[in-house]
Amino acid sequence: MGEIGYDMAHLLGASVLLMSFALLYQRRLTALISAFATQSVFLAAAAAWQGFFQDNPHLYVTAVIALLFKALIIPLALLRIIERLGIHRTVQQAMGVGPTMAIGVSLVTLALLLVLPLTAEASALTREGLALALSVVLLGLLMMITRRNAIGQVIGFMSLENGLILAAIGVRGMPLVVEMLVAFAVMVAFIIFGIFFFQIRERFDSLDIHYLESFRGEGRRE
Amino acid sequence: MPALQFVLPSLLLLLTLGGIGAVRPRSPRTALIVYGGTAACCAVLVLAALVHLLGQGGVWRMPVPVGLPWLRSELVLDALSAVFLLMVNLAGVTASLFGWGYGRAQAGSGHGLEPGRVLPAFPLFLAGMNLVLLASDAFLFLVGWEFMSLTSWLLVLANHREAGNREAGRIYLIMASFGTMVLLLCFGVLAGSAGGYGFDDIRAAPHDPLAAGLAVMLVVLGAGSKAGLAPLHVWLPLAHPAAPSHVSALMSGVMTKVALYALVRVLFDLAGTPDWWWGGVLLALGSATAVLGILYALMQDEMKRLLAYSTVENIGVISVGLGLALVFKADGQQGVAAIAFSAALLHALNHSLYKTLLFYGAGAVLTATGQGGLNRLGGLIHRLPRTAPLVLVGAAAISALPPLNGFASEWLLFQAVLSGPQLGLWEMKVATMVVGVALALAAALTAACFLRFYGIVFLGRPRSPAAAQAREVGPAMLLAMLLPAALCLLVGVLPGSVLALFGDAAAGMVGTPMDSRAGTLAWMWLAPAAPGDGFGGNSYSGLFVLGLTAALTVLLRLLIVRTSDAAVRRGEPWGCGHPDVGPVAQYSGDSFSQPLRRVFAAGVFAARERVDMPEPGEMRPARLEIRSSDPAWTWLIDPLCRAVGWLADKVNGMQFLTIRHYLTLMFGALVFLLTVVAVVK
Repeated sequence: MGEIGYDMAHLLGASVLLMSFALLYQRRLTALISAFATQSVFLAAAAAWQGFFQDNPHLYVTAVIALLFKALIIPLALLRIIERLGIHRTVQQAMGVGPTMAIGVSLVTLALLLVLPLTAEASALTREGLALALSVVLLGLLMMITRRNAIGQVIGFMSLENGLILAAIGVRGMPLVVEMLVAFAVMVAFIIFGIFFFQIRERFDSLDIHYLESFRGEGRRE
Repeated sequence: MPALQFVLPSLLLLLTLGGIGAVRPRSPRTALIVYGGTAACCAVLVLAALVHLLGQGGVWRMPVPVGLPWLRSELVLDALSAVFLLMVNLAGVTASLFGWGYGRAQAGSGHGLEPGRVLPAFPLFLAGMNLVLLASDAFLFLVGWEFMSLTSWLLVLANHREAGNREAGRIYLIMASFGTMVLLLCFGVLAGSAGGYGFDDIRAAPHDPLAAGLAVMLVVLGAGSKAGLAPLHVWLPLAHPAAPSHVSALMSGVMTKVALYALVRVLFDLAGTPDWWWGGVLLALGSATAVLGILYALMQDEMKRLLAYSTVENIGVISVGLGLALVFKADGQQGVAAIAFSAALLHALNHSLYKTLLFYGAGAVLTATGQGGLNRLGGLIHRLPRTAPLVLVGAAAISALPPLNGFASEWLLFQAVLSGPQLGLWEMKVATMVVGVALALAAALTAACFLRFYGIVFLGRPRSPAAAQAREVGPAMLLAMLLPAALCLLVGVLPGSVLALFGDAAAGMVGTPMDSRAGTLAWMWLAPAAPGDGFGGNSYSGLFVLGLTAALTVLLRLLIVRTSDAAVRRGEPWGCGHPDVGPVAQYSGDSFSQPLRRVFAAGVFAARERVDMPEPGEMRPARLEIRSSDPAWTWLIDPLCRAVGWLADKVNGMQFLTIRHYLTLMFGALVFLLTVVAVVK
């Protein structure tokens, strides 16, 4: 059991990270949303596997929540928003794909260098789980700053949350309430961003937050 | 000891008096209650300090009955605190007395002083200073320190309607905040990771040399900025003239001593075994401060600015004493260290006496004439016949003329300087000699400076109508000047007895009290024991000098009376060929300092004279314009301000970034910190 359990957890965690990279190089909004949905599916699978492996039934709840909200409802809603608003289907990027990927790879290296020595006495599974989770969090942040598009930023934010959940399920004894809270935080954030999108769209006919920045009252310095 | 039980009630009463002063500041009765109450509290604290110093010594502790449960504070009175308590409250008594008379006189003349701003803050200021001296942990200490700074800031702003005073207040507040912040860091370093902020904990904890060195640098910066060590003295000459005279007397004579107390407490008591360079830093800064301070005092045109710069000089001298004590202590020569330390304490006490006296004198002149500029005064010895001799005592004492007190402390300090060659390190052997030369120069210049001060203000003929119509000040102010003047003479005549009071403090700080070879005659003779010579080699008796001076005076007078022609003849003085000599043609303050200005000040102070001479036939007067600048501003403060301004301009752009750029900044900071953690691990 030990060997296969470890490998499986490792594989699922690595898939979540892989989808983070996939998020980084998507140019089209629909593809971005599918990549996020895929990441959430992998996350749900990882949670379910950890629940089975740690013999911890409440992780199944987490898995179901992740699958339901993050892999289905939110992506579908986002797609519907895009359709309703009829917005441009490409993602405005602030930085080219090449440099972004290079930075992403260095961030993963940093996460490994940071977590592995710090958690020397923890079990191998926890250590690598934490390293992967930190990588996902950092890549989510990176995505938020390399996207000009509001939807891109929201997806970056939610993939960051996925990293947090990945960290939470990898650690033994994380209480259910925390996971619930994280899930609901994402929900609330999603609702707020949804309203936010409509408002921006109504005013500026675009979701490019560049337009938002010129309307901040104190005036923008170029 | 019953007297010590009154310490805490006195402090609380001072706080209450501040409240009373705020209620009806304009009523004369409030002024009487506040100043009377303050004087009484200070007198009680003086008694408590004396009881402690004359008694068996030891350490007196009393828990503070207010505060938070996890910050259990105590008031602790040990020998060192008692010495400084004595200085602060002696000055507190006379300042209250003077302040009462000063307030009444100013109210009578209808200018200056707003009692609503002075009365509430004055007792609080004294309470803050006392709290600093009695604090037993870093929290209480800093609370007292900040209390002292803020209340004195309010007092500096007492005449806030003048733009110059507002500027002075601003600079004072900046310097005070800087000092407090640095002291906060200093205590943080001393407490270390264990986090014990009580002085007992800090004393007991081991200090590694690096941390102790850092703490030393920080305390020299923090306490030095408050005390007025160059180049952090810039606030003194601005703030002291701005404050009412009795407050400037306290700020100059006493608050700077509280800062020195902080320096002593950390360097000798809390920071562990001293390294020789700690003293070296103090020696270098102190001697530079002494010479620069007095040179600049010599060029001042305004009484209180002159006195403020002279305080800078005295702080330099005291720092040199403390530095010598540290160097000798680090070298293992406790005996000489005790001499230097006692000399520093004695000089601090003396300075608190004669500097308050001189500030009261300046206040009396201001009350009598409304003029602060030297070149608009003169001839006051006839108009102020009681103030003039009292100020003369102060001027003679600060110029270190025997048998007054200034001589005793400087003499003792030079005994320590002359023991410099006994030090182990050759660098310090040379350095003590250089310091000795600087001290001697400063002492000589001080005499010149106060000769100028007294001569221009009190002698000659009045240079302005205001000076010609001056009226003598009231009895309260005269009494306030008489007290320190009498103490100046007493301490000067019997320095041995006063030094005996400092024995416990010296023993606590450098390991041994000062040893005297005079034996049973120690009350009369000042004979610090140094190896290699017997009694009489280096001994000084103020009483003996006083007797000798008195005898010689009587003898000389007899001789003159006997031999001279008794009849008094009046005649026209020779007017240098001018038919009508006005008072303007007298020697002025600027003429007096001209040679010294040309010799010393042209370089460092960039002193320049410009003469505007009218062409023959023109009727306008010739004008002499003198400009000089304080090097601390030119070389330190102004570049610093420019650097801060430049940086602020650069950082200002960050206020208008886009959301994405803010996120980028945070992300960058996060990645940077994570990298630091990864690398450090």
